[in-house]
Amino acid sequence: MTERTEPGFDALHPPSRELLDDCVHCGFCLPTCPTYQLWGEEMDSPRGRIYLMDLAERGEIELQGAFTEHIDACLGCMACVTACPSGVQYNRLLEATRPQIERNVERSRSDRLFRSGIFALFPYRRRLRAAAIFGLAYQKLRLNRLAERVLPPRLRATQALMPPVKLRNAFASLPRRVKPDGPVQRRVAMLSGCVQDVFFHEVNVATQRVLAAEGCEVLTPRDQGCCGALGLHAGREDHATKHAKRTIETFEKLPVDNIVVNVAGCGSSMKEYADLLADDPEWAERAKAFSAKVRDVTELLAELEPRAKRHPVKAKAAYHDACHLGHAQGVRAQPRAVLRTIPGLDVVDLPEAELCCGSAGIYNMVQPEPAAELGERKASNIRAVNPDLLVTANPGCLLQIGRYLDGDIPMFHPVQVLDASLRGRPLP
Amino acid sequence: MLNAAVRDALASAVGARNVLSDPVQLRSYECDGLTGFRQVPAFVVLPLDTESVAAAVRVCHEHGVPFVARGAGTGLSGGAMPVADGVVISLQRLRRVLEVDAVDRRAVVQPGVTNLDITKAAAPQGLYYAPDPSSQQVCTIGGNVAENSGGAHCLKYGFTTNHVLSMTAVLPDGEVVTLGGDTGDQLGPDLRGVFIGSEGTLGIVCEITVRLLRVPETVRTLLADFPSVRAAGEVVSDIVAAGIVPAAVEMMDNLAIQAAEKAVGAGYTLDTPAALVVELDGPAAECGSQFEQVKAICDRHGCTRLHIAGDAGERAKIWMGRKAAFAAVGRISPDYIVQDGVVPRTRLAEVLGRIEEMGQAAGLRVANVFHAGDGNLHPLVLFDEDAGELERAEELSKGIAELCVELGGSLSGEHGIGTDKACSMPRMFGVDDLATMDRVRSAFDPGKLCNPGKLLPTPRLCGERPGRYRPHPLEEAGVIERL
Ligand SMILES: Cc1cc2nc3c(=O)[nH]c(=O)nc-3n(C[C@H](O)[C@H](O)[C@H](O)COP(=O)(O)OP(=O)(O)OC[C@H]3O[C@@H](n4cnc5c(N)ncnc54)[C@H](O)[C@@H]3O)c2cc1C
Ligand code: SF4
Ligand code: SF4
Repeated sequence: MTERTEPGFDALHPPSRELLDDCVHCGFCLPTCPTYQLWGEEMDSPRGRIYLMDLAERGEIELQGAFTEHIDACLGCMACVTACPSGVQYNRLLEATRPQIERNVERSRSDRLFRSGIFALFPYRRRLRAAAIFGLAYQKLRLNRLAERVLPPRLRATQALMPPVKLRNAFASLPRRVKPDGPVQRRVAMLSGCVQDVFFHEVNVATQRVLAAEGCEVLTPRDQGCCGALGLHAGREDHATKHAKRTIETFEKLPVDNIVVNVAGCGSSMKEYADLLADDPEWAERAKAFSAKVRDVTELLAELEPRAKRHPVKAKAAYHDACHLGHAQGVRAQPRAVLRTIPGLDVVDLPEAELCCGSAGIYNMVQPEPAAELGERKASNIRAVNPDLLVTANPGCLLQIGRYLDGDIPMFHPVQVLDASLRGRPLP
Repeated sequence: MLNAAVRDALASAVGARNVLSDPVQLRSYECDGLTGFRQVPAFVVLPLDTESVAAAVRVCHEHGVPFVARGAGTGLSGGAMPVADGVVISLQRLRRVLEVDAVDRRAVVQPGVTNLDITKAAAPQGLYYAPDPSSQQVCTIGGNVAENSGGAHCLKYGFTTNHVLSMTAVLPDGEVVTLGGDTGDQLGPDLRGVFIGSEGTLGIVCEITVRLLRVPETVRTLLADFPSVRAAGEVVSDIVAAGIVPAAVEMMDNLAIQAAEKAVGAGYTLDTPAALVVELDGPAAECGSQFEQVKAICDRHGCTRLHIAGDAGERAKIWMGRKAAFAAVGRISPDYIVQDGVVPRTRLAEVLGRIEEMGQAAGLRVANVFHAGDGNLHPLVLFDEDAGELERAEELSKGIAELCVELGGSLSGEHGIGTDKACSMPRMFGVDDLATMDRVRSAFDPGKLCNPGKLLPTPRLCGERPGRYRPHPLEEAGVIERL
């Protein structure tokens, strides 16, 4: 890293003046911002963060110090984008700001090591599997109890998130091609995801089954890797572009109408490839074509005529909007509509539905305290509606919320509930 | 910069964790919704209870340091702008609804609770808090009390002052007092009334007891399109002349409709020159017959489309569009100036026609979105700073404000005077009026430490303009409104 002497951003794609000027400082975004809810401080609100970005863009403040602290504290949940009447694109502002910090701000040694550790582990399936085995041994030996006492808060937060995995699932692989029941309605390719595939393998299996039952031919390429979402949302631009290009390469050669994703965070970043690679002449068009095909699985299911017979699932299901699905992709109605095709299922919303659960990519690992407060708050809002099950479309949320629900309420991805209904079986 | 002694004293008053002094953090507090006026404070404190608000005020009093209360910072007149070398007392950690009393229909809330959260807390009992500024989801009840805020439904139900029974206030010397009482009618001078609308210059409001109303038996809402702004204005006059008191009558012209529709997708007609939102509420029978009358009046003035909200969801959509319209104008114009003026209702059609002519003459677009029922206009002058239109826009906006005064109206309907219009006060009030106001203020705050420089003109304030000039959509409002 080169030491910068002038304050403010460097010349490489700083947040644009035009986007900054869209904010009229009206404050309509304040109440939906999780960090503002927690602390009530201007500089930890969307309006305040944009104001500080604006000052940095003018070279009036330094990036080091308070600026970095308050941008780091942002969950990237995009609730502010939903709330803003002026159409401020905070997502683009944040994605332009974070790489500036990664490039220009010297982080403390332990912070640096921890962040690198996450990026060395999460996007790689093989390493995650190793971690899963380690985690399993660790749970069996009850080392976690010990860890709770001796580990520093961030590592403790990371280990507490590790869900109990079945070894078989962590290593199982998905069929490369699944044929539809009946004539083909749609040909799709599926992203199996890195965290999803290791920790929530059964969600991928259910996705394939459900899509096939609704008339989709599903291709799941084996050579796919991480989509780069964690890097994109954390300001690691190189990581993000590298994985975006690989993902495009893998998928663009497949003869499919859509690319389906069952992980909200991955879907939102795959829809953003077009922006991410817009300046790269070799990739811009390819990225645009790719992004245009991406659909969340619930979005795709809502587009298709329901075909397969639904068996009743008698339960009250609370639906939690994952931020990267609801706020970032605007997909709110579709998952509810899909769940409502299931007879007997009572779909209810949560109080403070727009508030993030604290998962937010790597947030719950790098900012454990606020993440824990938000997790507790989400759990008590869930308990308030007294559901039989909780449904949400993102593994990060499932991991985070699961931790604070203490196993009281079973949790599922929407496709798992639909899968149970189609097969006429009880929920797993 | 203030010395360390003050910081230490503040830290022991509110707790060190609740005092901000980092220069970067302080800059995020330098302005409110009117970003043209900026001043970096020396400290920001975020007290956790009434007692520590009082303790912080006592520190300021003892050290002779000026202070400014701050709610959500949505004010549009620079009322919450900090004072140089002063302290900002943010009420954003006092956000609890302390009590909802369904029997006596009132709620006790802390000052940082948002306007909408009071209604949310009361809703399970079938009650609500009536004043509804467009910013209700974010602005605080403390800010509402300070500004005597109004909203669409104040036509029928009155402003904040009609709904606040009593409050605990911290006076500028740190003394905690209760103003008003459980019943609306108290003996002696109405100090509660004096406090409401004083724009944070008499002290800091801490616990507020508000009146709750029962959710009306029926609510009927219609959205009506008209071939001209003038026709819509005449409908408003006719409705009132017919003896109907609607819950709300709001008008939007074509530009405002386009902006709102872009932001919310409320189902407005994109190419209609003007639209009215009319809401009636009350007992079903009365509401029904008046609704028919309103429809007939609309037809008489050439209504081109009448959309009646079928259910609560559709009603909410119509209102969401109206309430977002203001901020959404940013979507149809790079820059805009917000005006806030009042004209007698009978002159609505006239003033709107003249605004249109003035806009055409200046070659600029003016969007109108406002509380038509009580003649409170919010003309928004649209312009492009990069195209060198700023000066012309300022001229036009100033002309509109002057027109309001000329037609027998007022400089401000609800956004307050604050920093922005303090120097214009002599245009509306005589020397004696202003001197009397100043004596009232001095009775509460002899040391002039509580939000100084706001509301009433001072030679320093009106001789020079604080802050560095910076182009921004809302800021220009500040410049032009110093008439
Ligand atoms: C998009 C938009 C739409 C708006 N629409 C309306 C509208 O329809 N009607 C309307 O009336 N206003 C409207 N406003 C203006 C604004 O929202 C109101 O003036 C509101 O009451 C301000 O509340 P706040 O919490 O943001 O106060 P702030 O802006 O933080 O403060 C406003 C003033 O109140 C003082 N103050 C704040 N809290 C306290 C307290 N506890 N004790 C004493 N003084 C205090 C401050 O010192 C300052 O002088 C709108 C603003 C915006 C941005
Ligand atoms: S992305 Fe979420 S946490 Fe970040 S500023 Fe917006 S609302 Fe707040
Ligand atoms: S981001 Fe949008 S909602 Fe928030 S202050 Fe800016 S304009 Fe208002």
